[in-house]
Amino acid sequence: MNDKLIIAGKSYSSRLLVGTGKYKDFAETKAAIETSGAEIITIAIRRSNIGQNPDEPSLLEILPPSKYTLLPNTAGCYTADDAVRTLRLARELLDGHSLVKLEVLGDPQSLYPNVIETIAAAKTLVAEGFQVMVYTSDDPIVAKQLEDIGCVAIMPLASLIGSGMGILNPWNLQLIMERVQVPVIVDAGVGTASDAAIAMELGCHGVLMNTAIAAAKNPVLMASAMKKGVEAGREAFLAGRMPKKLYSASPSSPTAGIIASARS
Amino acid sequence: MITVIINGATRQFQQSINLATLIEEMGLAGKRIALERNGEIVPRSTYANQQLSDGDKLEIVVAVGGG
Repeated sequence: MNDKLIIAGKSYSSRLLVGTGKYKDFAETKAAIETSGAEIITIAIRRSNIGQNPDEPSLLEILPPSKYTLLPNTAGCYTADDAVRTLRLARELLDGHSLVKLEVLGDPQSLYPNVIETIAAAKTLVAEGFQVMVYTSDDPIVAKQLEDIGCVAIMPLASLIGSGMGILNPWNLQLIMERVQVPVIVDAGVGTASDAAIAMELGCHGVLMNTAIAAAKNPVLMASAMKKGVEAGREAFLAGRMPKKLYSASPSSPTAGIIASARS
Repeated sequence: MITVIINGATRQFQQSINLATLIEEMGLAGKRIALERNGEIVPRSTYANQQLSDGDKLEIVVAVGGG
């Protein structure tokens, strides 16, 4: 089946995008990401002296830019200015790479997006030539505004980052998909494979997750489950589900030719 | 003596050095890093031509795991 996800003119076979945080070590990171089949993987940008051992390999040696499309994020940024500076550093770090994930957070308890700062940052980044995939709330009006600014993918939350609460408001996701033309990718909140399948069945173009895989008891097995969940949900969406019919049962087997009762 | 702030920590140098020397001294030579000086990106290719100045604020970053 030739069903590609196209973001900023580049096509991808996998509709599962994964993060690289919270794994126990690089070996587990690599195994889980390879198993997930993801082609786009998010990374964070941090000061060089935080958690660095000079002799350890770097993340980019484990997950080379030649093999994956790296998506540097602005996780931990609470202002448009910090997010823009972080992504300028990312572009320098990755030799001019322009595809980025913008997220500007509102508060550290909920990690809910600050859409006002997000919109301000998106305007600056688009003007500077970045291809912006943007994490946002599930507000359809904001989603449309972000598309109009020039973002290349709209990435609404399904529920709070790292919560694993699943798809809490499928109606808003549908309202967003009715309004925007660029890919809509559920980012945050997926907890298990059925959540990913539900997002895809709704017609979302992809799902981005990190904690659901990294915090599973067996992350590599969950990566495999998520790959299948996304694929199953996508195929179900394309196949077109049967209509729901309350109080109108329809047998699956023929109604003619049933043997007669032996008791009369 | 010049005083600079690197990744939030104050550092002092007897004399001004260039950024390439600083990177080497920090054990980051050959690593994939990016450097911001006083809010502006410094392209990697220009490290050797840029001298540290008193009061400079540097941010030196790497890629790490994240979602």
